[in-house]
Amino acid sequence: MPEIPTQNKSEKEPHIVRFTRLNRTLHIFMIVSFISLALTGMSLKFSYTGWAVFLSHLFGGFESAGYIHRFAAVVMVTVFVIHLVDVVRMKKRELLSWKELIFGPNSMMFNKKDLEDFIDSIKWFIGKGERPEYGRWTYWEKFDYFAVFWGIFVIGSTGLTLWFPEFFTLLLPGWALNVATIIHSDEALLATGFIFTIHFFNTHLRPEKFPMDLVIFTGRIPLEEFKLDRPQEYKELVEKGELEKHLAEPYPEIVIKAIKIFAWTALAIGFSIILWIIYAMLFAYR
Amino acid sequence: MTLKIKIKSSLQIFLILQIFLVCKIFGQENSDCMTCHEDKTLKGTRYGKTISVFLNEKILKGSVHSEVDCIQCHVDLEGSDFPHDENVKRAKCNNCHDDIQKLYDGSLHAKAFSRGDRLAPICQDCHGAHDIIPVNNLKSVVAPINVPYLCGKCHKEGSPVQLQRNIAQTHILENYSESIHGEGLLRKGLVVTATCASCHTAHEILPHTDSKSSIARKNIANTCAKCHAEIELVHRKVIKGALWEKEVNVLPACVDCHQPHKARRVFYDQGMADADCLTCHEKKDLRSSENGRSLYVNYSEIKNSRHTSIACSQCHSGVKPSHTRPCDELTASVDCASCHTSIQDDFEKSAHGILAAKQDPNAPTCKECHSNHNVLGKLDPKSPIFPINIPTLCGKCHREGEKAAVRYKGTEREIITNYTESIHGKGLMKSGLTVTATCTDCHTSHKELPHTDPASSVNSANIAATCGNCHHGIQEKFEQSIHSPLVSKTDKKLPTCENCHSAHKIKRADSEGFKLTIMNQCGNCHKQIADTYFDTYHGKVTQLGYTKTAKCYDCHGAHDILPVENPLSHLNRKNVVETCKKCHPNANRQFAGYFTHATHHDPEKYPWLFWTFWGMTGLLVGTFVIAGLHTLLWLPRSLKWRRELKRRQEENNNQSQLEDNNNAGNPDTK
Repeated sequence: MPEIPTQNKSEKEPHIVRFTRLNRTLHIFMIVSFISLALTGMSLKFSYTGWAVFLSHLFGGFESAGYIHRFAAVVMVTVFVIHLVDVVRMKKRELLSWKELIFGPNSMMFNKKDLEDFIDSIKWFIGKGERPEYGRWTYWEKFDYFAVFWGIFVIGSTGLTLWFPEFFTLLLPGWALNVATIIHSDEALLATGFIFTIHFFNTHLRPEKFPMDLVIFTGRIPLEEFKLDRPQEYKELVEKGELEKHLAEPYPEIVIKAIKIFAWTALAIGFSIILWIIYAMLFAYR
Repeated sequence: MTLKIKIKSSLQIFLILQIFLVCKIFGQENSDCMTCHEDKTLKGTRYGKTISVFLNEKILKGSVHSEVDCIQCHVDLEGSDFPHDENVKRAKCNNCHDDIQKLYDGSLHAKAFSRGDRLAPICQDCHGAHDIIPVNNLKSVVAPINVPYLCGKCHKEGSPVQLQRNIAQTHILENYSESIHGEGLLRKGLVVTATCASCHTAHEILPHTDSKSSIARKNIANTCAKCHAEIELVHRKVIKGALWEKEVNVLPACVDCHQPHKARRVFYDQGMADADCLTCHEKKDLRSSENGRSLYVNYSEIKNSRHTSIACSQCHSGVKPSHTRPCDELTASVDCASCHTSIQDDFEKSAHGILAAKQDPNAPTCKECHSNHNVLGKLDPKSPIFPINIPTLCGKCHREGEKAAVRYKGTEREIITNYTESIHGKGLMKSGLTVTATCTDCHTSHKELPHTDPASSVNSANIAATCGNCHHGIQEKFEQSIHSPLVSKTDKKLPTCENCHSAHKIKRADSEGFKLTIMNQCGNCHKQIADTYFDTYHGKVTQLGYTKTAKCYDCHGAHDILPVENPLSHLNRKNVVETCKKCHPNANRQFAGYFTHATHHDPEKYPWLFWTFWGMTGLLVGTFVIAGLHTLLWLPRSLKWRRELKRRQEENNNQSQLEDNNNAGNPDTK
């Protein structure tokens, strides 16, 4: 085991930084825009429920809910674009080739290790092996990451069609709007359902992180926890001697508190939406 | 000399008289005349015209002049030889009827005749020639029953006299036949009724401007009083019982009130005898000896009512003026139908009337709505039948909990409350708009019937016309539309106004409440189409409670719904883009191809939607199954891992505690 820096250990446990400030900020914007889109969109999709009527009025009517929806969509696409720009800037900063960027060890792209990790995970789940030594990014994190690409493309393009139907019907037949509606709404249902159940569980609710993992907000994870959660990455950092570079002090208590309030709110809204969807699908579906 | 002449001429006169006398006794006999005039082919000349001069002796024998010799009338033929001169003078009546001749000579007719007016009548024109029969024979042209026809020959509307001569009155015969006199004579056969001759005299007919005329202003009272001898007694108010004949210049003449040929049984200012009734009934403590109810009559109520000119006895008919107490034998209650006949007819057919006929104690009769003495017109704001007061009036029985509402077992509840909240009710009660529809505008005033009755104004077959009384333009549109029974011949029930607008809860068509419920109204019949509407954007937004998106009538029209193949339909291929443009200004042909009633449950009609939906659903289910399984499998491992982490954490803690304890020994660290 390598030496752990012990300075001020009694006061502040050393944390390791996993997310840049920009990524964290983008994630917050992502949360806000995603929840706004989900609330306003679902109120239209499940308009036959009382909740939908309540929400729609809360947003100031279907017209203002529509404005909020489109504004949030623009925010989300902007987040997406900024991220892409950031990736390219990172490539330049770190003097990476496209190949290194995409297939390098820290890339979000699926690779052989992910397949092995996945198989090992299943083995671990069914008691046929040890917990795999997960690296910088796990395969489920990569799946979530690329789901956003898919979602932005599918929901974004159909959403744009529905935003400007008079223009798009110059190119497409009228029934394309009906098709776009179905795709937009069902893909959104998938995204919402996935994020508020699977993503929530994988990152926050699974027992070892319960009730939530703040790393996406703080960017920091206690070194001890990091060691156990990402043994592969820890090993690599130690081997490269870069561990020191990534260490940082945790945020003061007040910041953590504010982050927790925000995160809990988002979590609560997400779960409410799930409950509402389940209610609508089971008891009021038509 | 003069004396001689005088004697001579006296002698001559005597001789002539002698001859006349002899002639009279021994002159030509009628049989002498008949030797020629019984020949049917005998012709003669009068005023240049060849006419038949045949005389049927039977006619002469049947006439009043059967005993009169020919030459008594045809005086110029006396003593003439046969065959007498062709130019025979007119027969003279004045040999016997000298007094009448004198009256005639002064008349309008005679003067006209002497002026040479060919239209002026002489004796024969009215009485006939050889066929004059007694006046008491009903066949006589001058019998009273025939007089209007006789005078009418010349004086009826359109006759030459009426057209060419200056006659002050028009429509004389029509007016007369409708007058009380004409009705008595012509319809009731009352031969003592006044005919033309009764007022104008038979022979001395003069214009009313002539002071000698029977119809001159100063003589008219006398003329009328020939029959209406004691008319002054019932004209106490106008003339205070004074005699017309005495003060003709001061008093109004009969014809001032009772127009010459239109005299009706109309009392121009009636109720003069009411004073007699009031001698008892104005006492406030007057009570019925039978049941003690008050018999006091507030006379000012009647005077301020619509019946201000109706006498007590006209409603309380059956009073006997000859009795000391004229009402002592009065038992019948007031029958309004004696004047308001057609209203009574309607009432008897109405639900109210049918109940009343069954003596139902709940049934309203005239006085329940109109009150008894204080009958006010519908234009009087104080009247219970003034539009603004009608809901209150009907509500007396039809308000929830009242007797009519209790009897009624139909679906319309809270009628009065709902009406008050409706567009009509608000217009009437809040905006004071008296032309707004009230109860009676739809249900009629007197012929209200349940909607199930085909004769009812609110029966589904009649409702469009009833609403159309005010909303005529809408009715016209509706009757052209696919919902009109005039257009669609079907066994299915077609909607009428109230199916969409309701009966008593009618809202403004631009109010949110109305806009949001109208979809359900259409959906009552068009269920599937309404359901699929709610599956698309317009329907979803509407369901959220907003009215700004397209609803049924925005695209299909409201009252002018037509089949799409009709070129006037809003959804006809020619018009549909324009219809979309109402909300989507840049709409184009393909835009209009959007399925506003799409469903993804119909693979036949909408294969694209169906397969897209199931494709997306497959993706969704697939993703959730894989990710869900992954997560579920993870859960127990994760729990174990959590315990493992805790264990390791504790190990670490113990280690660090040791270090802490070591540090605690060193005070510098604190």
